[in-house]
Amino acid sequence: MQTTTLQQAVGHIPNGASLMIGGFMGVGTPEGLVDELLRQGKRELTVIANDTAVPGVGIGKLVSAGAVRKVIASHIGLNPETQQKMLAGSMEVELVPQGTLIERIRAAGFGLGGILTPTGVGTVVEDGKRKLEVDGREYLLETALHADFALVQAFVADYLGNLTYALTARNFNPVIAMAGDTVIVEAEQIVPVGVIPPDHVMTPAPIVDYLTRKA
Amino acid sequence: MDPQELIARRIARELRDGMLVNLGIGIPTLVAGHVPSGMRIFFQSENGLIGTGPVPADGLAQARLTDAGGRPVTAIPGACTFDSATSFGLIRGGHVDVTVLGGLQVDEQGKLANWMIPGKMVPGMGGAMDLVTGAKRVVVAMQHSAKGKSKIVKRCSLPLTSARSVDLVVTELAVIGFNDGRATLLEVAPDVSVQQVLAATEAELVVPAQVPTMEP
Repeated sequence: MQTTTLQQAVGHIPNGASLMIGGFMGVGTPEGLVDELLRQGKRELTVIANDTAVPGVGIGKLVSAGAVRKVIASHIGLNPETQQKMLAGSMEVELVPQGTLIERIRAAGFGLGGILTPTGVGTVVEDGKRKLEVDGREYLLETALHADFALVQAFVADYLGNLTYALTARNFNPVIAMAGDTVIVEAEQIVPVGVIPPDHVMTPAPIVDYLTRKA
Repeated sequence: MDPQELIARRIARELRDGMLVNLGIGIPTLVAGHVPSGMRIFFQSENGLIGTGPVPADGLAQARLTDAGGRPVTAIPGACTFDSATSFGLIRGGHVDVTVLGGLQVDEQGKLANWMIPGKMVPGMGGAMDLVTGAKRVVVAMQHSAKGKSKIVKRCSLPLTSARSVDLVVTELAVIGFNDGRATLLEVAPDVSVQQVLAATEAELVVPAQVPTMEP
């Protein structure tokens, strides 16, 4: 683990990378990392996240700037730009039920090939997927979803990289932290090692690669 | 009474002390305002909160305490927060007692379509498919008709939300149940006749000999 600046952390991300980004309607999104992606002019990104927020907020800024080639999300209804780009064919959008999306990410981080879920059976979501029957109930096989980078917003981190999250800003963050090949954290506060009690740590330090502080 | 308030009040009567309840956006959100005082309901926001409270007073919004639409909320004493995997484990795992959602169409067997209109509106399903598939009880809150067309149809023309049938639909005209797999008229709204409901409904409704009036 390395503590670094937002600039240097984002410098590790190449154009065309796949990024998991924390946040739910912008709440819990590492805004400093997003701004730095824009400043460095990253493009052709694949973004995996719950939603694309609204124009001008979080992932919505990346969509507006045309930095995104593909979005994998559960909901884009509050960002008309994402919908327009999808309908115009200038950006690919894959819609995934929210519970399935988070479980596909969790599966990747937890070393599973995928998960079996009843969600989507009998709907358009099952198209092209394998169905399995277990104890008389039908499930879809949903495969693990990996990413090159996880961009995580933490509330309090220590200098080793142990993380905590606050209230509803937690959402996808601890789950994507397990699933990104490289994990970049933007913490609101960084405290000395030992300040966070072991029982309160939500993401263990060894999985964090780069720790930055919100500007 | 305002039709949306009528629907919300009637659905609030389905709630029991101690239930874990998830409310969708729109009319479902109004249900929280009609819970009888003294009854403890655990409201879940699928972004990771149980114990969602009312909208905060001016100036007291907290950027990290929001509902599933990203709007500031409060948390009641005893609230708890968790990540999205736990949130959907609660939903998919059958731990949510009642989910109340909006609807675009419900058909004669209780199948719900509420997440897209192909070519027009593609917001994504969000948590709706998991909620309808996993909650113990699914209640739909919606207007009976849209642009003069019945939303309770013979067969959904829009993409389904789940293969699972909903349990109850409450509109400003009627309460419709699906206990034996067929749409059954359970109650009519105050000052609404059975004939008016039938005339406004495309689906074929089973009409019991006695149809009580909705208690507002």
